[in-house]
Amino acid sequence: MTELSTLAGTDSGALKGYNFAFLDEFTKREIRRKILKAVAIPGYQVPFGSREMPLAKGWGTGGIQITLSIIGRSDVLKVIDQGSDESVNAVNIRNLVSRMTGVETTSDTGSATIIQTRHRIPEEALTEDQIMVFQVPFPEPLRTIEPSEQVTRRMHAEQDYSSMWLHLYEDIVKHGKITIGARYPCLVNGRHLMDPSPIPRWDVPRLHRSPVLHLFCAGREKRIYAVPPHTPVEPLEFEDYKFETEDFSGKVCERCGSSDTFLDEIIDDATGDSRYLCSDTSFCEKRQRGCA
Amino acid sequence: MTPAPALEVSNLTKIYGSRCQDCIENTGPDHGSNVCPVCGSVVACADITFDVMPGEILGIVGESGSGKSTIVRCLHFDMEPTGGAAYLHCSGDENIFLLNSQRKRAVRNQHLGMVYQNPRMGLRLDVSSGGNIAEKLLAAGWRNVGNIRDRGRELLKRPEIPLERMDEAPRNFSGGMQQRVQIAKALANDPDVLLLDELTTGLDVSVQARILDLIKEIRRSTDAAMILITHDLGVIKLLSERTIVLKDGRIVEMGLTDQILEDPQHEYTQLLVNSVL
Repeated sequence: MTELSTLAGTDSGALKGYNFAFLDEFTKREIRRKILKAVAIPGYQVPFGSREMPLAKGWGTGGIQITLSIIGRSDVLKVIDQGSDESVNAVNIRNLVSRMTGVETTSDTGSATIIQTRHRIPEEALTEDQIMVFQVPFPEPLRTIEPSEQVTRRMHAEQDYSSMWLHLYEDIVKHGKITIGARYPCLVNGRHLMDPSPIPRWDVPRLHRSPVLHLFCAGREKRIYAVPPHTPVEPLEFEDYKFETEDFSGKVCERCGSSDTFLDEIIDDATGDSRYLCSDTSFCEKRQRGCA
Repeated sequence: MTPAPALEVSNLTKIYGSRCQDCIENTGPDHGSNVCPVCGSVVACADITFDVMPGEILGIVGESGSGKSTIVRCLHFDMEPTGGAAYLHCSGDENIFLLNSQRKRAVRNQHLGMVYQNPRMGLRLDVSSGGNIAEKLLAAGWRNVGNIRDRGRELLKRPEIPLERMDEAPRNFSGGMQQRVQIAKALANDPDVLLLDELTTGLDVSVQARILDLIKEIRRSTDAAMILITHDLGVIKLLSERTIVLKDGRIVEMGLTDQILEDPQHEYTQLLVNSVL
């Protein structure tokens, strides 16, 4: 017991007095085991013993527990928040992991081996050597229509998703279209309904048969789920009301001139005018330098 | 050749409580109670055996607490029976009580329709009327909103629900209108067996008459077998060909409705018929 949880801290770069990657080895082992189960049943939410972390629940404790459990000395970490490497949340998580492991960090999507994210998938094409880690606020896609955990578990067990379909039907009747923005419900591997975390609809098709391992974790709600590489991920849609991504036609990023990326609308308080910028800042910079 | 029954039920039994080996022997109409004197278990119904033909309306009458609703609730998988079997002609030769819950739900969505006494139990009152019908269709795999709405209109027109109120929630409707929406929902997937549990109880007489007309119209236009639960002999007389009389969880008499009303054999049936007249 003591052998496994020995306070190592002798590695170069990692903070002394802490185990490598902050978590003790038993916790990492449990989380890895739960990840394996999640990978074995794509889209299924595996309960796990979420630990207290040195940041508040709801600020990415799920994502960071996954990252700390899977990270090794040779990994290169990238952390983004709403597409940006420089937001407070992203910087703090990156600094924490870096201090606890001494691993290299980067803002370059191509050279990262682990990418922890909140609300976005990087624009750059990902490869099978990379792992995406999503911070998830609400793992249960059925929660908005069914408050009881017991009932939603039964619904998943029996693949009884008619009430979610009904929810979409009512949306169409009331508003003429499906109004869900982020967190668009998807069927994974033709079996489990999954909340893809609050990524915009823009990113949903990019989960479909992607070569990357996607790991999702909700620290507050204590759930881990996964989309393994090359797994089908299909947003729910009707034959006559198809799933649609956000429409940016006619708009380009003010900085890099891109017209094929997810854009953030920025409203000038003084004039009321809209400006558009790439949400993925590192990709935007690459474009500006002419590298992408 | 006689056609096969749409539904066959044999020895359906539902007991609440700890159960002992003497429960069934010590209860029933001969004992005047459905509570087992040995262990105190309640025998809601026992040894219920009957069948229903396609297009036939089978009435089940009995006093409050006689086990009428228990029978249809078991058949609709709202509760698990203690014992017995039921076979649906359309879903093969398996005892439907032994199916796993996923297949039970499939049977319910594809082959059964249920109308509860209280529309609150059969409807989602906050979801539009069209949505209530859509729910059944969606569960059966419909994925085209246009087709779903066409079918919804067709179904709501039948019980005379104004189509401009299709997208309104039944919460805003009168009791009679809610009941008609519930019937439309029950008919959504052209059920092979329609279960009607006290569907006119608590409605005023003119509304009752419209609902009963609607059921007659459904009988004319579909081939659904119907089980009609009621304590109102008038409804039985108007609608059902055959009738089962239930007392203390047992069948005390079964036969043609006319025969039962004109020439009741069992003491309890005689009492029932006399108290109406």
